[in-house]
Amino acid sequence: MPDPEVLIRAKDLTKRFGDFTAVDGIDFELRRGEAFGFLGPNGAGKSSTMRMIGCVSPRSGGELSILGMDPVADGPAIRARLGVVPQEDTLDVELTVRENLLIYGRYFGLPRNVISERTDQLLEFVQLTDRGADQVEPLSGGLKRRLTIARSLINEPEILLLDEPTTGLDPQARHVVWDRLFRLKQRGVTLVLTTHYMDEAEQLCDRLVVMDGGRIAAAGSPRELIEQYSTAEVLELRFDPGEHEQAAEKLADLRAQRTEVLADRILLYIPNGDIALTAVRDLGLVPLTSLVRRSTLEDVFLRLTGRQLED
Amino acid sequence: MSSAQLPSVRDLPLRVLPVAWLARGSLGGRGSRHLVERHARVYRHTWLVLLSGFFEPLFYLLSIGVGLGKLVGTVTGPSGPVSYTSFVAPALLATSSMNGAVFDSTFNVFFRLKYNKFYDAALATPMRAGDIALGEISWALLRGGLYGAAFMIVMLAMRLVHSPWAVLGLPSALLIGFAFAATGMAATTYMRSWQHFEFVMLAALPMFLFSTTFYPLSVYPRAIQIVVECTPLYQGVALLRGLTLGAVGPALLWHVAYLAVMGLLGLYVASLRIGRLLLK
Ligand SMILES: Nc1ncnc2c1ncn2[C@@H]1O[C@H](COP(=O)(O)OP(=O)(O)OP(=O)(O)O)[C@@H](O)[C@H]1O
Ligand SMILES: [Mg+2]
Repeated sequence: MPDPEVLIRAKDLTKRFGDFTAVDGIDFELRRGEAFGFLGPNGAGKSSTMRMIGCVSPRSGGELSILGMDPVADGPAIRARLGVVPQEDTLDVELTVRENLLIYGRYFGLPRNVISERTDQLLEFVQLTDRGADQVEPLSGGLKRRLTIARSLINEPEILLLDEPTTGLDPQARHVVWDRLFRLKQRGVTLVLTTHYMDEAEQLCDRLVVMDGGRIAAAGSPRELIEQYSTAEVLELRFDPGEHEQAAEKLADLRAQRTEVLADRILLYIPNGDIALTAVRDLGLVPLTSLVRRSTLEDVFLRLTGRQLED
Repeated sequence: MSSAQLPSVRDLPLRVLPVAWLARGSLGGRGSRHLVERHARVYRHTWLVLLSGFFEPLFYLLSIGVGLGKLVGTVTGPSGPVSYTSFVAPALLATSSMNGAVFDSTFNVFFRLKYNKFYDAALATPMRAGDIALGEISWALLRGGLYGAAFMIVMLAMRLVHSPWAVLGLPSALLIGFAFAATGMAATTYMRSWQHFEFVMLAALPMFLFSTTFYPLSVYPRAIQIVVECTPLYQGVALLRGLTLGAVGPALLWHVAYLAVMGLLGLYVASLRIGRLLLK
Protein backbone atom coordinates (compact mmCIF):
# COMPACT_ATOMS: atom_id res chain seq x y z
CA MET A 1 0.00 0.00 0.00
CA PRO A 2 2.77 2.56 0.70
CA ASP A 3 3.25 4.76 -2.31
CA PRO A 4 6.81 4.20 -3.64
CA GLU A 5 6.88 7.79 -4.83
CA VAL A 6 6.57 9.06 -1.27
CA LEU A 7 10.15 9.21 0.00
CA ILE A 8 9.53 10.71 3.43
CA ARG A 9 6.39 10.46 5.48
CA ALA A 10 6.03 12.23 8.83
CA LYS A 11 3.01 12.00 11.09
CA ASP A 12 2.66 13.94 14.30
CA LEU A 13 6.46 14.22 14.29
CA THR A 14 7.67 15.76 17.54
CA LYS A 15 11.02 16.85 18.96
CA ARG A 16 11.45 17.84 22.57
CA PHE A 17 14.57 19.11 24.31
CA GLY A 18 13.79 18.59 27.99
CA ASP A 19 10.56 20.45 28.64
CA PHE A 20 10.87 22.51 25.49
CA THR A 21 9.04 21.37 22.38
CA ALA A 22 10.99 22.41 19.28
CA VAL A 23 8.86 20.49 16.75
CA ASP A 24 5.27 20.14 17.79
CA GLY A 25 3.52 17.37 15.93
CA ILE A 26 4.01 18.10 12.23
CA ASP A 27 2.71 16.09 9.25
CA PHE A 28 4.19 16.14 5.77
CA GLU A 29 5.04 13.95 2.81
CA LEU A 30 7.90 14.28 0.40
CA ARG A 31 7.50 12.92 -3.12
CA ARG A 32 10.20 11.79 -5.48
CA GLY A 33 11.63 14.50 -7.70
CA GLU A 34 10.09 17.49 -5.97
CA ALA A 35 11.70 20.39 -4.18
CA PHE A 36 10.13 20.71 -0.77
CA GLY A 37 10.71 23.60 1.59
CA PHE A 38 10.38 24.47 5.24
CA LEU A 39 9.93 28.22 5.47
CA GLY A 40 10.06 29.79 8.89
CA PRO A 41 11.78 32.33 11.15
CA ASN A 42 14.57 31.65 13.65
CA GLY A 43 13.63 28.97 16.15
CA ALA A 44 10.71 27.67 14.08
CA GLY A 45 12.08 24.13 14.36
CA LYS A 46 13.46 23.80 10.83
CA SER A 47 16.88 22.45 11.76
CA SER A 48 15.41 20.15 14.39
CA THR A 49 13.19 18.68 11.68
CA MET A 50 16.07 18.38 9.23
CA ARG A 51 18.23 16.62 11.80
CA MET A 52 15.51 14.10 12.44
CA ILE A 53 15.23 13.47 8.71
CA GLY A 54 19.01 13.20 8.50
CA CYS A 55 18.91 10.45 11.17
CA VAL A 56 21.22 12.33 13.51
CA SER A 57 18.55 13.23 16.04
CA PRO A 58 16.05 10.74 17.43
CA ARG A 59 12.41 11.86 17.35
CA SER A 60 10.59 12.35 20.64
CA GLY A 61 7.24 11.27 19.28
CA GLY A 62 5.15 10.56 16.21
CA GLU A 63 6.08 8.61 13.12
CA LEU A 64 8.81 9.15 10.58
CA SER A 65 9.58 6.94 7.64
CA ILE A 66 12.40 7.74 5.22
CA LEU A 67 12.84 5.73 2.01
CA GLY A 68 10.53 3.17 3.59
CA MET A 69 12.79 2.74 6.63
CA ASP A 70 12.75 3.77 10.27
CA PRO A 71 15.54 6.21 11.19
CA VAL A 72 15.99 4.65 14.62
CA ALA A 73 16.56 1.14 13.32
CA ASP A 74 18.15 1.86 9.94
CA GLY A 75 20.01 5.15 10.45
CA PRO A 76 23.20 4.19 8.58
CA ALA A 77 21.29 2.58 5.69
CA ILE A 78 19.16 5.71 5.27
CA ARG A 79 22.10 8.07 5.62
CA ALA A 80 23.90 6.15 2.88
CA ARG A 81 21.22 7.44 0.48
CA LEU A 82 20.99 11.03 1.75
CA GLY A 83 23.05 14.08 1.00
CA VAL A 84 23.30 16.63 3.79
CA VAL A 85 24.18 20.32 3.71
CA PRO A 86 23.97 21.34 7.37
CA GLN A 87 23.15 24.85 8.52
CA GLU A 88 26.70 25.38 9.76
CA ASP A 89 29.54 24.20 7.56
CA THR A 90 31.24 21.07 8.83
CA LEU A 91 34.10 20.99 6.34
CA ASP A 92 37.34 19.39 7.48
CA VAL A 93 39.72 22.33 7.88
CA GLU A 94 42.76 20.08 8.17
CA LEU A 95 42.24 18.75 4.65
CA THR A 96 42.33 20.30 1.20
CA VAL A 97 39.26 20.83 -0.97
CA ARG A 98 39.80 17.58 -2.87
CA GLU A 99 40.66 15.62 0.25
CA ASN A 100 37.42 16.78 1.82
CA LEU A 101 35.50 15.01 -0.91
CA LEU A 102 37.80 11.99 -0.77
CA ILE A 103 37.47 11.37 2.95
CA TYR A 104 33.75 12.12 2.98
CA GLY A 105 33.30 9.65 0.17
CA ARG A 106 35.31 7.11 2.13
CA TYR A 107 32.93 7.56 5.06
CA PHE A 108 30.31 6.21 2.65
CA GLY A 109 32.56 3.27 1.90
CA LEU A 110 33.08 4.31 -1.73
CA PRO A 111 36.22 3.09 -3.53
CA ARG A 112 38.89 5.72 -4.15
CA ASN A 113 38.73 5.60 -7.95
CA VAL A 114 34.97 6.18 -7.93
CA ILE A 115 35.39 9.10 -5.54
CA SER A 116 38.15 10.59 -7.65
CA GLU A 117 36.03 10.46 -10.78
CA ARG A 118 33.03 12.01 -9.04
CA THR A 119 35.24 14.63 -7.43
CA ASP A 120 36.32 15.92 -10.83
CA GLN A 121 32.71 16.22 -11.94
CA LEU A 122 31.48 17.73 -8.70
CA LEU A 123 34.23 20.33 -8.45
CA GLU A 124 33.42 21.31 -11.98
CA PHE A 125 29.73 21.45 -11.14
CA VAL A 126 30.27 23.89 -8.28
CA GLN A 127 33.02 25.74 -10.17
CA LEU A 128 35.82 24.88 -7.77
CA THR A 129 38.01 22.90 -10.15
CA ASP A 130 41.01 25.19 -9.80
CA ARG A 131 40.78 25.24 -6.01
CA GLY A 132 41.15 21.47 -5.56
CA ALA A 133 44.56 21.61 -3.89
CA ASP A 134 43.70 24.59 -1.67
CA GLN A 135 43.11 24.49 2.04
CA VAL A 136 39.49 24.95 3.07
CA GLU A 137 39.87 27.57 5.77
CA PRO A 138 40.68 30.59 3.56
CA LEU A 139 37.75 29.96 1.19
CA SER A 140 34.98 32.56 1.25
CA GLY A 141 31.59 31.70 2.70
CA GLY A 142 30.10 31.21 -0.74
CA LEU A 143 32.87 28.86 -1.86
CA LYS A 144 32.63 26.86 1.36
CA ARG A 145 28.92 26.50 0.81
CA ARG A 146 29.48 25.29 -2.73
CA LEU A 147 32.09 22.83 -1.52
CA THR A 148 29.65 21.55 1.09
CA ILE A 149 27.08 21.04 -1.65
CA ALA A 150 29.62 19.16 -3.78
CA ARG A 151 30.52 17.04 -0.77
CA SER A 152 26.87 16.22 -0.09
CA LEU A 153 26.57 14.85 -3.63
CA ILE A 154 29.53 12.45 -3.46
CA ASN A 155 27.30 9.45 -2.74
CA GLU A 156 24.83 10.39 -5.49
CA PRO A 157 22.04 10.80 -2.93
CA GLU A 158 18.38 10.22 -3.66
CA ILE A 159 17.37 13.00 -1.33
CA LEU A 160 19.40 16.15 -0.74
CA LEU A 161 18.80 17.94 2.57
CA LEU A 162 19.80 21.61 2.59
CA ASP A 163 19.50 23.55 5.84
CA GLU A 164 19.53 27.25 4.99
CA PRO A 165 21.77 26.81 1.97
CA THR A 166 22.32 30.52 1.34
CA THR A 167 22.07 32.19 4.73
CA GLY A 168 24.94 34.58 5.23
CA LEU A 169 25.93 34.73 1.55
CA ASP A 170 26.03 37.91 -0.48
CA PRO A 171 23.44 38.25 -3.27
CA GLN A 172 25.80 37.14 -6.01
CA ALA A 173 26.92 34.04 -4.13
CA ARG A 174 23.29 33.22 -3.37
CA HIS A 175 22.42 33.30 -7.04
CA VAL A 176 25.22 30.91 -7.88
CA VAL A 177 23.95 28.46 -5.26
CA TRP A 178 20.37 28.83 -6.47
CA ASP A 179 21.46 28.15 -10.00
CA ARG A 180 23.25 24.93 -8.96
CA LEU A 181 20.30 23.75 -6.90
CA PHE A 182 17.99 24.46 -9.79
CA ARG A 183 20.14 22.30 -12.05
CA LEU A 184 20.09 19.48 -9.54
CA LYS A 185 16.34 19.70 -9.43
CA GLN A 186 16.19 19.46 -13.19
CA ARG A 187 18.34 16.35 -13.04
CA GLY A 188 15.69 14.79 -10.84
CA VAL A 189 17.35 15.06 -7.42
CA THR A 190 14.74 15.36 -4.69
CA LEU A 191 15.44 18.45 -2.62
CA VAL A 192 14.40 19.28 0.92
CA LEU A 193 15.44 22.72 2.04
CA THR A 194 14.84 25.12 4.86
CA THR A 195 15.02 28.84 4.52
CA HIS A 196 13.88 32.06 6.02
CA TYR A 197 14.12 33.83 2.71
CA MET A 198 10.79 33.99 0.99
CA ASP A 199 12.38 34.62 -2.39
CA GLU A 200 14.46 31.47 -2.01
CA ALA A 201 11.36 29.45 -1.17
CA GLU A 202 9.46 30.95 -4.11
CA GLN A 203 12.26 30.32 -6.56
CA LEU A 204 13.19 26.80 -5.58
CA CYS A 205 10.25 25.05 -3.95
CA ASP A 206 7.48 23.19 -5.69
CA ARG A 207 5.77 22.74 -2.39
CA LEU A 208 6.46 24.13 1.02
CA VAL A 209 5.22 24.32 4.55
CA VAL A 210 5.25 27.50 6.57
CA MET A 211 6.60 26.71 10.04
CA ASP A 212 6.27 28.79 13.14
CA GLY A 213 6.87 27.85 16.76
CA GLY A 214 7.36 24.18 15.91
CA ARG A 215 4.05 23.91 14.07
CA ILE A 216 3.04 23.93 10.44
CA ALA A 217 0.92 27.02 9.82
CA ALA A 218 0.11 26.30 6.18
CA ALA A 219 1.15 24.04 3.32
CA GLY A 220 0.99 24.20 -0.46
CA SER A 221 2.79 25.48 -3.53
CA PRO A 222 4.02 29.09 -3.34
CA ARG A 223 1.26 30.09 -5.76
CA GLU A 224 -1.46 28.31 -3.83
CA LEU A 225 -0.33 29.83 -0.56
CA ILE A 226 -0.31 33.31 -1.99
CA GLU A 227 -3.72 32.86 -3.54
CA GLN A 228 -5.15 31.43 -0.38
CA TYR A 229 -3.65 33.76 2.17
CA SER A 230 -3.06 37.00 0.32
CA THR A 231 -4.38 39.28 -2.41
CA ALA A 232 -3.04 39.66 -5.91
CA GLU A 233 -1.36 42.98 -5.14
CA VAL A 234 0.00 44.89 -2.22
CA LEU A 235 0.32 48.61 -1.81
CA GLU A 236 3.19 49.61 0.47
CA LEU A 237 3.03 53.09 1.89
CA ARG A 238 5.60 54.99 3.91
CA PHE A 239 4.62 58.12 5.79
CA ASP A 240 6.46 60.70 7.79
CA PRO A 241 6.93 59.06 11.23
CA GLY A 242 4.80 61.82 12.79
CA GLU A 243 1.86 61.07 10.50
CA HIS A 244 2.24 57.30 10.51
CA GLU A 245 -0.51 56.48 13.04
CA GLN A 246 -2.93 59.10 11.83
CA ALA A 247 -2.58 57.81 8.30
CA ALA A 248 -3.18 54.27 9.47
CA GLU A 249 -6.49 55.32 11.04
CA LYS A 250 -7.65 57.14 7.94
CA LEU A 251 -6.71 54.22 5.69
CA ALA A 252 -9.17 52.03 7.55
CA ASP A 253 -11.89 53.89 5.60
CA LEU A 254 -10.55 52.36 2.40
CA ARG A 255 -11.77 48.94 3.52
CA ALA A 256 -8.91 47.09 1.94
CA GLN A 257 -9.18 43.34 2.23
CA ARG A 258 -6.52 43.57 4.91
CA THR A 259 -4.30 46.27 6.35
CA GLU A 260 -1.02 45.62 8.13
CA VAL A 261 0.51 48.44 10.10
CA LEU A 262 4.22 47.76 10.53
CA ALA A 263 6.70 49.90 12.41
CA ASP A 264 7.89 51.69 9.29
CA ARG A 265 5.32 50.90 6.61
CA ILE A 266 1.65 50.31 6.06
CA LEU A 267 0.64 47.45 3.79
CA LEU A 268 -2.72 47.44 2.01
CA TYR A 269 -3.87 44.13 0.58
CA ILE A 270 -6.03 44.84 -2.43
CA PRO A 271 -6.82 43.36 -5.86
CA ASN A 272 -5.46 46.38 -7.73
CA GLY A 273 -2.69 48.57 -6.35
CA ASP A 274 -2.97 51.52 -8.68
CA ILE A 275 -6.68 52.01 -8.02
CA ALA A 276 -5.98 51.83 -4.30
CA LEU A 277 -3.20 54.39 -4.56
CA THR A 278 -5.57 56.82 -6.25
CA ALA A 279 -8.06 56.21 -3.46
CA VAL A 280 -5.35 56.94 -0.87
CA ARG A 281 -4.58 60.26 -2.53
CA ASP A 282 -8.32 61.05 -2.67
CA LEU A 283 -8.37 60.69 1.12
CA GLY A 284 -5.93 63.60 1.23
CA LEU A 285 -2.98 61.44 2.37
CA VAL A 286 0.46 62.12 0.92
CA PRO A 287 2.81 59.16 1.42
CA LEU A 288 6.58 59.75 1.33
CA THR A 289 6.93 56.70 -0.87
CA SER A 290 4.49 54.26 -2.33
CA LEU A 291 5.04 50.91 -4.01
CA VAL A 292 2.66 48.62 -5.80
CA ARG A 293 3.86 45.02 -5.91
CA ARG A 294 2.64 41.45 -6.23
CA SER A 295 2.01 39.43 -3.09
CA THR A 296 4.84 37.22 -1.89
CA LEU A 297 5.28 34.50 0.69
CA GLU A 298 6.37 37.24 3.05
CA ASP A 299 2.79 38.46 3.02
CA VAL A 300 1.53 34.95 3.56
CA PHE A 301 3.77 34.63 6.56
CA LEU A 302 2.69 37.98 7.95
CA ARG A 303 -0.93 36.96 7.57
CA LEU A 304 -0.43 33.58 9.22
CA THR A 305 1.70 34.65 12.15
CA GLY A 306 1.27 38.40 12.48
CA ARG A 307 5.04 38.73 12.26
CA GLN A 308 7.59 39.45 9.58
CA LEU A 309 9.81 36.67 8.32
CA GLU A 310 12.95 38.67 7.73
CA ASP A 311 13.73 41.46 10.13
CA MET B 1 60.66 7.78 9.52
CA SER B 2 59.54 9.48 6.35
CA SER B 3 56.23 10.76 5.19
CA ALA B 4 56.19 8.32 2.30
CA GLN B 5 55.95 5.38 4.70
CA LEU B 6 52.64 6.41 6.19
CA PRO B 7 50.22 5.31 3.48
CA SER B 8 51.20 1.71 4.04
CA VAL B 9 50.48 2.16 7.72
CA ARG B 10 47.11 3.56 6.77
CA ASP B 11 46.27 0.43 4.86
CA LEU B 12 47.23 -1.80 7.74
CA PRO B 13 44.13 -3.86 8.47
CA LEU B 14 42.72 -3.58 11.95
CA ARG B 15 42.98 -7.35 12.15
CA VAL B 16 46.55 -7.00 13.37
CA LEU B 17 45.29 -5.30 16.50
CA PRO B 18 43.74 -8.24 18.30
CA VAL B 19 41.76 -6.41 20.93
CA ALA B 20 40.45 -3.79 18.57
CA TRP B 21 39.39 -6.61 16.32
CA LEU B 22 37.48 -8.29 19.14
CA ALA B 23 35.58 -5.09 19.73
CA ARG B 24 34.77 -4.45 16.11
CA GLY B 25 31.54 -6.33 15.78
CA SER B 26 29.71 -4.89 18.73
CA LEU B 27 31.22 -1.52 19.37
CA GLY B 28 32.12 -0.10 16.00
CA GLY B 29 33.03 -1.54 12.67
CA ARG B 30 34.44 -0.98 9.24
CA GLY B 31 33.68 2.70 9.36
CA SER B 32 36.44 3.17 11.92
CA ARG B 33 39.02 2.49 9.21
CA HIS B 34 37.96 5.56 7.32
CA LEU B 35 38.60 7.77 10.31
CA VAL B 36 42.07 6.25 10.62
CA GLU B 37 42.60 6.92 6.93
CA ARG B 38 41.59 10.53 7.42
CA HIS B 39 44.01 11.06 10.32
CA ALA B 40 46.85 9.39 8.42
CA ARG B 41 46.21 11.80 5.56
CA VAL B 42 46.39 14.82 7.86
CA TYR B 43 49.60 13.58 9.42
CA ARG B 44 51.08 13.09 5.99
CA HIS B 45 51.16 16.87 5.83
CA THR B 46 52.56 17.25 9.33
CA TRP B 47 54.49 14.05 9.93
CA LEU B 48 57.15 15.90 11.88
CA VAL B 49 54.82 15.94 14.87
CA LEU B 50 55.12 12.19 14.96
CA LEU B 51 58.82 12.42 15.80
CA SER B 52 58.35 13.89 19.26
CA GLY B 53 56.49 10.79 20.37
CA PHE B 54 59.55 8.73 19.53
CA PHE B 55 62.18 10.98 21.05
CA GLU B 56 60.50 11.57 24.38
CA PRO B 57 60.95 8.05 25.78
CA LEU B 58 64.36 7.84 24.11
CA PHE B 59 65.55 10.91 25.99
CA TYR B 60 64.24 9.47 29.24
CA LEU B 61 66.06 6.24 28.50
CA LEU B 62 69.32 8.04 27.81
CA SER B 63 69.16 10.43 30.78
CA ILE B 64 67.65 8.28 33.49
CA GLY B 65 68.39 4.79 32.25
CA VAL B 66 71.93 5.30 31.08
CA GLY B 67 72.91 8.32 33.16
CA LEU B 68 71.40 7.26 36.46
CA GLY B 69 72.22 3.65 35.63
CA LYS B 70 75.93 4.54 35.92
CA LEU B 71 75.38 5.39 39.60
CA VAL B 72 72.92 2.64 40.42
CA GLY B 73 74.53 -0.28 38.65
CA THR B 74 72.22 -3.26 39.00
CA VAL B 75 68.80 -3.69 40.56
CA THR B 76 66.70 -6.72 41.42
CA GLY B 77 64.29 -7.36 38.60
CA PRO B 78 61.56 -10.01 38.40
CA SER B 79 64.13 -12.57 37.28
CA GLY B 80 67.06 -11.52 39.43
CA PRO B 81 69.65 -8.74 39.17
CA VAL B 82 69.72 -6.76 35.92
CA SER B 83 71.36 -3.57 34.75
CA TYR B 84 69.40 -0.49 35.72
CA THR B 85 68.94 0.49 32.09
CA SER B 86 67.38 -2.89 31.27
CA PHE B 87 65.10 -2.45 34.26
CA VAL B 88 63.89 1.01 33.30
CA ALA B 89 63.56 0.56 29.53
CA PRO B 90 60.37 -1.60 29.47
CA ALA B 91 58.75 0.76 31.98
CA LEU B 92 59.51 3.71 29.73
CA LEU B 93 57.97 1.85 26.81
CA ALA B 94 54.82 1.26 28.87
CA THR B 95 54.73 4.90 29.92
CA SER B 96 55.14 6.18 26.40
CA SER B 97 52.32 3.90 25.26
CA MET B 98 50.16 5.40 27.96
CA ASN B 99 51.14 9.00 27.25
CA GLY B 100 50.70 8.74 23.49
CA ALA B 101 47.32 7.09 23.85
CA VAL B 102 46.08 9.55 26.43
CA PHE B 103 47.23 12.54 24.45
CA ASP B 104 45.60 11.39 21.22
CA SER B 105 42.36 10.35 22.79
CA THR B 106 41.82 13.30 25.12
CA PHE B 107 43.07 16.60 23.70
CA ASN B 108 42.30 15.82 20.08
CA VAL B 109 38.98 14.21 20.80
CA PHE B 110 37.91 17.01 23.11
CA PHE B 111 38.69 19.58 20.44
CA ARG B 112 36.75 17.66 17.82
CA LEU B 113 33.80 17.15 20.14
CA LYS B 114 33.53 20.77 21.22
CA TYR B 115 34.75 22.98 18.46
CA ASN B 116 35.05 22.02 14.88
CA LYS B 117 31.98 19.89 14.17
CA PHE B 118 34.29 17.21 12.86
CA TYR B 119 32.20 14.35 14.15
CA ASP B 120 28.94 15.93 13.02
CA ALA B 121 30.14 15.66 9.45
CA ALA B 122 31.03 11.99 9.85
CA LEU B 123 27.76 11.14 11.56
CA ALA B 124 25.77 12.50 8.62
CA THR B 125 27.20 9.58 6.62
CA PRO B 126 26.69 5.87 7.35
CA MET B 127 29.35 6.12 10.08
CA ARG B 128 28.16 5.31 13.60
CA ALA B 129 29.20 6.70 16.96
CA GLY B 130 30.94 3.38 17.63
CA ASP B 131 32.93 3.71 14.41
CA ILE B 132 34.16 7.07 15.57
CA ALA B 133 35.18 5.82 19.00
CA LEU B 134 36.94 2.79 17.56
CA GLY B 135 38.50 4.87 14.78
CA GLU B 136 40.01 7.36 17.22
CA ILE B 137 41.33 4.57 19.41
CA SER B 138 42.75 2.64 16.46
CA TRP B 139 44.56 5.72 15.29
CA ALA B 140 46.03 6.26 18.72
CA LEU B 141 47.16 2.63 18.59
CA LEU B 142 48.74 2.90 15.17
CA ARG B 143 50.70 5.90 16.29
CA GLY B 144 51.58 4.20 19.54
CA GLY B 145 52.59 1.11 17.56
CA LEU B 146 55.04 3.13 15.49
CA TYR B 147 56.63 4.63 18.61
CA GLY B 148 56.63 1.29 20.33
CA ALA B 149 58.32 -0.46 17.42
CA ALA B 150 60.97 2.24 17.16
CA PHE B 151 61.63 2.05 20.87
CA MET B 152 61.89 -1.74 20.78
CA ILE B 153 64.49 -1.44 18.06
CA VAL B 154 66.48 0.94 20.24
CA MET B 155 66.19 -1.50 23.13
CA LEU B 156 67.46 -4.32 20.92
CA ALA B 157 70.35 -2.23 19.67
CA MET B 158 71.31 -1.29 23.23
CA ARG B 159 71.09 -4.96 24.30
CA LEU B 160 68.34 -4.25 26.80
CA VAL B 161 66.23 -7.21 25.69
CA HIS B 162 67.00 -10.43 27.53
CA SER B 163 64.37 -12.89 26.35
CA PRO B 164 62.74 -14.07 23.12
CA TRP B 165 59.41 -13.39 24.84
CA ALA B 166 60.08 -9.78 23.98
CA VAL B 167 58.49 -10.39 20.58
CA LEU B 168 55.24 -10.01 22.52
CA GLY B 169 56.43 -6.63 23.72
CA LEU B 170 54.96 -4.68 20.83
CA PRO B 171 51.48 -6.24 21.02
CA SER B 172 51.60 -5.64 24.75
CA ALA B 173 52.51 -2.01 24.23
CA LEU B 174 49.52 -1.77 21.89
CA LEU B 175 47.30 -3.33 24.52
CA ILE B 176 48.45 -0.72 27.02
CA GLY B 177 47.71 1.95 24.43
CA PHE B 178 44.27 0.50 23.82
CA ALA B 179 43.41 0.48 27.52
CA PHE B 180 44.47 4.08 28.02
CA ALA B 181 43.14 5.43 24.73
CA ALA B 182 39.71 3.94 25.34
CA THR B 183 39.55 5.08 28.95
CA GLY B 184 40.91 8.49 28.07
CA MET B 185 38.33 8.94 25.36
CA ALA B 186 35.52 7.84 27.64
CA ALA B 187 36.71 10.31 30.28
CA THR B 188 36.95 13.07 27.68
CA THR B 189 33.27 12.77 26.84
CA TYR B 190 32.54 13.91 30.41
CA MET B 191 34.83 16.93 30.27
CA ARG B 192 33.32 20.38 30.04
CA SER B 193 36.37 22.63 29.76
CA TRP B 194 40.10 22.54 29.17
CA GLN B 195 40.61 22.88 32.92
CA HIS B 196 39.39 19.34 33.36
CA PHE B 197 42.53 18.13 31.64
CA GLU B 198 44.34 18.91 34.88
CA PHE B 199 42.71 15.73 36.15
CA VAL B 200 44.30 13.77 33.33
CA MET B 201 47.69 15.16 34.30
CA LEU B 202 46.91 14.49 37.92
CA ALA B 203 46.30 10.83 37.09
CA ALA B 204 49.07 10.27 34.55
CA LEU B 205 52.04 11.95 36.24
CA PRO B 206 51.97 10.11 39.60
CA MET B 207 51.36 6.86 37.75
CA PHE B 208 54.44 7.55 35.67
CA LEU B 209 56.53 8.32 38.75
CA PHE B 210 55.31 5.65 41.15
CA SER B 211 54.25 2.61 39.08
CA THR B 212 57.60 0.91 39.65
CA THR B 213 58.96 2.78 36.66
CA PHE B 214 62.25 3.64 38.29
CA TYR B 215 62.60 1.15 41.15
CA PRO B 216 61.09 -2.19 42.15
CA LEU B 217 57.86 -2.57 44.05
CA SER B 218 59.75 -3.90 47.05
CA VAL B 219 60.86 -0.41 48.13
CA TYR B 220 57.31 0.38 49.27
CA PRO B 221 55.60 -0.73 52.47
CA ARG B 222 52.95 -3.38 51.79
CA ALA B 223 49.99 -0.98 52.02
CA ILE B 224 51.38 1.24 49.30
CA GLN B 225 52.39 -1.79 47.25
CA ILE B 226 48.73 -2.76 47.05
CA VAL B 227 47.73 0.68 45.85
CA VAL B 228 50.43 0.65 43.19
CA GLU B 229 49.48 -2.85 42.08
CA CYS B 230 45.97 -1.65 41.37
CA THR B 231 47.00 1.08 38.91
CA PRO B 232 46.75 0.32 35.20
CA LEU B 233 50.20 1.59 34.37
CA TYR B 234 51.69 -0.85 36.89
CA GLN B 235 49.99 -3.66 34.95
CA GLY B 236 51.61 -2.46 31.77
CA VAL B 237 55.05 -1.98 33.34
CA ALA B 238 54.96 -5.42 34.97
CA LEU B 239 53.82 -7.03 31.72
CA LEU B 240 56.53 -5.48 29.55
CA ARG B 241 59.23 -5.96 32.15
CA GLY B 242 58.34 -9.63 32.49
CA LEU B 243 58.52 -10.10 28.73
CA THR B 244 61.76 -8.26 28.05
CA LEU B 245 63.56 -9.66 31.09
CA GLY B 246 62.24 -13.17 30.55
CA ALA B 247 60.28 -13.53 33.79
CA VAL B 248 57.26 -15.08 32.15
CA GLY B 249 54.49 -16.89 33.99
CA PRO B 250 50.72 -17.16 34.10
CA ALA B 251 50.69 -14.06 36.30
CA LEU B 252 51.31 -11.97 33.21
CA LEU B 253 47.91 -13.04 31.87
CA TRP B 254 46.28 -11.17 34.74
CA HIS B 255 47.87 -7.98 33.54
CA VAL B 256 46.65 -8.72 30.02
CA ALA B 257 43.11 -9.38 31.26
CA TYR B 258 43.12 -6.21 33.39
CA LEU B 259 44.18 -4.03 30.44
CA ALA B 260 41.80 -5.71 27.97
CA VAL B 261 38.79 -5.27 30.23
CA MET B 262 39.74 -1.67 30.90
CA GLY B 263 40.00 -1.00 27.18
CA LEU B 264 36.75 -2.69 26.23
CA LEU B 265 34.88 -0.92 29.00
CA GLY B 266 36.34 2.40 27.90
CA LEU B 267 35.41 1.76 24.28
CA TYR B 268 31.88 0.85 25.27
CA VAL B 269 31.40 3.96 27.38
CA ALA B 270 33.03 6.18 24.75
CA SER B 271 30.74 4.90 21.95
CA LEU B 272 27.69 5.36 24.10
CA ARG B 273 28.64 8.84 25.23
CA ILE B 274 29.63 10.11 21.80
CA GLY B 275 26.27 8.98 20.48
CA ARG B 276 24.55 10.70 23.34
CA LEU B 277 26.49 13.94 22.98
CA LEU B 278 26.18 14.32 19.24
CA LEU B 279 22.94 12.60 18.30
CA LYS B 280 20.43 14.63 20.24
N1 LIG C 1 20.12 20.73 21.27
C1 LIG C 1 19.17 21.58 21.69
N2 LIG C 1 18.89 21.69 23.00
C2 LIG C 1 17.93 22.53 23.44
N3 LIG C 1 17.19 23.30 22.64
C3 LIG C 1 17.41 23.24 21.32
C4 LIG C 1 18.41 22.38 20.78
N4 LIG C 1 18.40 22.52 19.43
C5 LIG C 1 17.46 23.43 19.16
N5 LIG C 1 16.85 23.86 20.28
C6 LIG C 1 15.77 24.85 20.36
O1 LIG C 1 14.72 24.41 19.54
C7 LIG C 1 14.14 25.50 18.87
C8 LIG C 1 14.12 25.21 17.39
O2 LIG C 1 15.45 25.20 16.95
P1 LIG C 1 15.84 24.93 15.44
O3 LIG C 1 17.32 24.99 15.38
O4 LIG C 1 15.17 23.72 14.97
O5 LIG C 1 15.21 26.20 14.74
P2 LIG C 1 15.43 26.73 13.26
O6 LIG C 1 14.09 26.87 12.66
O7 LIG C 1 16.40 25.91 12.56
O8 LIG C 1 16.01 28.17 13.53
P3 LIG C 1 17.20 28.97 12.81
O9 LIG C 1 16.60 29.73 11.71
O10 LIG C 1 17.70 29.85 13.91
O11 LIG C 1 18.22 27.97 12.37
C9 LIG C 1 14.94 26.73 19.23
O12 LIG C 1 14.22 27.46 20.19
C10 LIG C 1 16.21 26.17 19.80
O13 LIG C 1 16.69 27.00 20.82
MG1 LIG D 1 18.18 26.18 11.76
